[in-house]
Amino acid sequence: MDAPVPQSKIQQPRLGFVGYARFFWRQLTSMRTALFLLLLLAVAAIPGSLVPQVSSDPNGVVAYHRNYPDTAAVLDFFQVFTTYTSVWFSAIYLLLFISLIGCVLPRTKHHFDALRARPPKTPARLSRLEGFTTRTTEADAATAVDGARRLLRSQRYRTELYGDSVSAERGYLRETGNLVFHSALVGVLLAVGLGGGFGYTGQRVVVEGYAFSNSLASYDSFNPGRFFADTALEPFTIALDSFVPVYEQSNKDAIGQAIDYTANVTTTMRGEASQSARVKVNEPLSLGGTNVYLLGNGYAPVLTVRDADEAVIWSQPTACLPFDSNLGSTCVIKIPDGLEQQIGMLGFLYPTTNALSTGALVSVYPDLIAPTLTLEVYEGDLGLDNGQGTNAYALNTDSLEQIAGRTSEADTIRLTPGDRAELPNGLGSVELASIPRFVSLDVHHDPSQGPVLLFAILVIAGLVTSLFVPRRRMWVAASTDKTGTTTIEYAALARGDDPNLEAAVAEFADKHSQQLSVRVDS
Amino acid sequence: MTETFVSFSLIAVYSAMAIYTLAFVMFAVDVARRSAESSDASAAAATGLTSASTSRVGVMAAAAGSSAVGTATSTLTSDNAPRSGAEAARPASPKYLRLAMALTVIAWVLHVGAVVFRGVAANRVPWANMFEFTLTATALIVGVFLLVQFWQDLRFLGSFITGFSLIALGVGTSSFYVDVVPLPPALQSAWLVIHVFVASLSTGVFALAAGLSIVQLMQSRRESGKALKLRFLDTLPAADRLETLAYRLTVVGFVMWTFTLIAGAVWAERAWGRYWGWDTKEVWTFIIWTIYAGYIHARATRGWRGSRSAWLAIVGFAAIVFNFTIVNLFFKGLHAYSGL
Ligand code: HEM
Repeated sequence: MDAPVPQSKIQQPRLGFVGYARFFWRQLTSMRTALFLLLLLAVAAIPGSLVPQVSSDPNGVVAYHRNYPDTAAVLDFFQVFTTYTSVWFSAIYLLLFISLIGCVLPRTKHHFDALRARPPKTPARLSRLEGFTTRTTEADAATAVDGARRLLRSQRYRTELYGDSVSAERGYLRETGNLVFHSALVGVLLAVGLGGGFGYTGQRVVVEGYAFSNSLASYDSFNPGRFFADTALEPFTIALDSFVPVYEQSNKDAIGQAIDYTANVTTTMRGEASQSARVKVNEPLSLGGTNVYLLGNGYAPVLTVRDADEAVIWSQPTACLPFDSNLGSTCVIKIPDGLEQQIGMLGFLYPTTNALSTGALVSVYPDLIAPTLTLEVYEGDLGLDNGQGTNAYALNTDSLEQIAGRTSEADTIRLTPGDRAELPNGLGSVELASIPRFVSLDVHHDPSQGPVLLFAILVIAGLVTSLFVPRRRMWVAASTDKTGTTTIEYAALARGDDPNLEAAVAEFADKHSQQLSVRVDS
Repeated sequence: MTETFVSFSLIAVYSAMAIYTLAFVMFAVDVARRSAESSDASAAAATGLTSASTSRVGVMAAAAGSSAVGTATSTLTSDNAPRSGAEAARPASPKYLRLAMALTVIAWVLHVGAVVFRGVAANRVPWANMFEFTLTATALIVGVFLLVQFWQDLRFLGSFITGFSLIALGVGTSSFYVDVVPLPPALQSAWLVIHVFVASLSTGVFALAAGLSIVQLMQSRRESGKALKLRFLDTLPAADRLETLAYRLTVVGFVMWTFTLIAGAVWAERAWGRYWGWDTKEVWTFIIWTIYAGYIHARATRGWRGSRSAWLAIVGFAAIVFNFTIVNLFFKGLHAYSGL
C-alpha cells in the first residue's frame, strides 16, 4: 500500500489546496507512515509505565507531587500523569487509525474488484516462475488442460482458460482476513471509546448484615462515563450475609496467607424474589448488565458510645483500613453530635494480638483469634462543619486535643469484644460490641465489553487467516509436438509469504499427470 | 512431601544447568570448527550462493510483472532451493554438533522434570512467581528450539539458546528463588494456566526469531562486503533466507502474543473488574505487541526489509526480557506476583 513514488522533484507543478490535501492524505495513508506511527505509539506508551497514572495509581500521583514538586509540575504540563488520555498520545493513535481507515477503504474496494476479476493471463515463460516443473502425457493438450482445470477447481482455485493453458488463483481469504483484522482494530477502538462512555464504576463498602441499593447516593465513590445517565443504574440491592476467608494453616512458609475469599450475598432485583449468590475474586456476580466484583475486605468493629446518662448516642460499624498482611488496621471514628464535645477516636485493630518485647502490639494472623482494639480519644472540633469534604479514613487533629492516649494523662483505651471503657472527663463510655467483616465491592456497568470481545475475536481470526492462508496463482500450460506427446508445464506465484508453494506445485503436477495417465490407459 | 518434590526439582534444574553448560561449550566448539572448515569450503559456498540468488532474481522479475495488484510483499524464496552452498559442502553432520544436540536433549529432559516436580510440589501450574516462570519459560524456549529442528535445521542457534537459557536459569535460581506458597485468590483462575503459558510459549518462539535476526544482521554485513572476521558465517544460510525463517517464526509468535494480550484482558476483567487499565504490565505487553506489528509492517514497507526489520525483531525480544525482569522487579503495578 505504498503511495506511488512522487514524481521527479524538479519541475513539480504547483499544488493548490486540493493538491496539498491529496498529498497529505497520500502521505498519511502510506505504509511508511503507518509503520512510523506504530513505532511512535510504542515509544509514546513508555512514559506512562514509568510515572504513576491518575487512573491506576492516584495515591502514587499524590505522593509523586509531594516528593518531587518541580518534576511533577513539568510532567503535569506534558500530561504524563494521564499519558493514555493525553493530547499527544491521543493524537498519535487517532492519526494511526485515520491512516488505517484510509488504508482499509480503498483496499476493500480493490479486493471486491479482485474477487470479480478473472485470474490473470498465463505468462509467456512459465519456466521463470516458482516451482516450475513439467510432465509429459499421451493425452492431447485440450484434455490435459481441461483435467487441470477440474483438478484446480476441486482445490478451490478460481480458474480461467487462455488457449491451451489454464490460469488459477486461490487464497482470496488472505486479503479478506487482513481487511477483517484491520477493521476489527477500528472496531475495538470505537467500542472502547463509545461503549465505555455509557457505563459507570462505583465502589461501596458493605459490612456483614448490611445491604446497599444500586443508586448514586449509596456509593462511596462513583465514576460515570461520558454519556452516563441515571437510567443505567439497574434497580437492585445487595446484602452481605457473610464473608468467609480461608487462610493457609499448614504451609509454614505461608501461614496466614489468604487462599480464598467468599462473600455470600442476597440480591434482589426490583419486583423479583430475593436470591442467594456469592462473589469471589475472579468470580464476579453478574446482575443483568452489571457486574459486582469483590476487591477488598477487612474488619468493621461496632462501637457503642453512651453519654454520661447511659443513653446510646452512637452504635454502628466502622470500616478499618488494613495496613499489613495480618490485617492490622487503623480505624477512625468521628462522633460529632450527642456528647458535650465533638469526639474523634483513632483506633488500631489487631485481629490476633501479640505484644512485641517493646510492648507494642502487632497482629500475627489475619483471622479473629485474639482481637484487640486500642483507641486514642480526641476532643474538640472535628472540622466537619466548615463545608469542606473530609476524608472518612483520616482524623485531622489540628483543632483537637488528645484526652486519652500516649500524649495525654489518661491511657490509651484497650478493648476486646464485649469490653466497655469509660471515656475521660466523664463524657460517657465506649463499648466494643462485635467485630464483623466488611468487603469493598466494585460495581461496573460496561456496555462496551461484549462488542470489544467480539472485535477481539475478529482480530485473532482475521490475523490467523491473513498470515497463514496461502494466496497463490498457478498456471498449467500444455503443448503437443509432432510426435503426439504433450508436454505440460506447471508453475506458480506466491502473493505474500507462502512456505509450501513449491511442494504444492509438485504435488499438483504429480496428481494431474497421474489422473491423465489413468484416463489414457483405460 | 512438598519439600521432597521441591528438592527433586532443584536437583533436576541444577543438573540440567550443568549439562546445558556442556552443550553450550560443544555448540561453541562447533562454531569454531565451522570457521576452520569454511576456508576449505568457501569456494563451494560461493558458487552455491550465486546459483541460489540468480534463481531468486529471475522470480522477482517475473513477480514484478504480474503482481501489480495486491499487497506489497511477495516473499519469493523457496524452501527447496539450496539453503547455502556450504551445507552441501559439509555432508557429514559434524560430531560436535551432534554431541551438543544430544546434551541439550538430556538437559532439557531434566529441565522438564524440574518443572513437573515443582508443579507437583506446589499442586498447581508451576508458573505463578518469577522463579517458576523463569524455570518454565526457559524449558519452553529450549523445547521450541528442539521442536523446530523437525521443521528446519536451526542447530546453529544452539549456543544462543543454551547460553540465554543458562543465564536466565542462573538468575532465576539464585535471585528469584522463593519457596512454594499457595496461590493468592487473584491468581486462582484458569486464565493463569492459559494466559501465562501462551505468553511463555511465544517467548520461546520470539527468542529463536531474535537469534535468527542477529545472525541475519551479521550475515548481511558480511554479504555486503563489510569486513566481518567471522568465517563460520560462510557455513550458515544467506541473510534473506534467515530473514524469511525469522519472519515465519515471528508471525507465529505474534499470533500467540495477540492471544496473550486478549486473554490477559479477559482475565483482568474477571479479577479486577476492568479489561484494560494501563497497568504497567499491560502497557508493556501492548508495547511489545506494537513493536512486532511494526516488524510485520516493516517487512512490507519499501526500504525497511532486511536489516531494519531485523533490528525491530531484536528490539521486540529485548522488550520481552525487559518486561519480565525490570518491569516485574522495579515497576509498581497490579501484577505484583514476583513474590520477591
Ligand atoms: C492500528 C494500527 C495497525 C496495526 C496494529 C496493524 C497491524 C498489522 C498486522 C499485525 C499485520 C499482519 C497481519 C495481516 O497481514 O493481517 C498487518 C498487515 C498489514 N497492514 Fe497493518 N496495522 C495497522 C495499521 C495499518 C495501516 C495504517 C496500514 C496502511 C498504511 C496498514 C497496512 C497493512 C498492510 C498492507 C499489511 C499487509 C502486510 C503484508 O502483506 O505482510 N496497517 N498490520
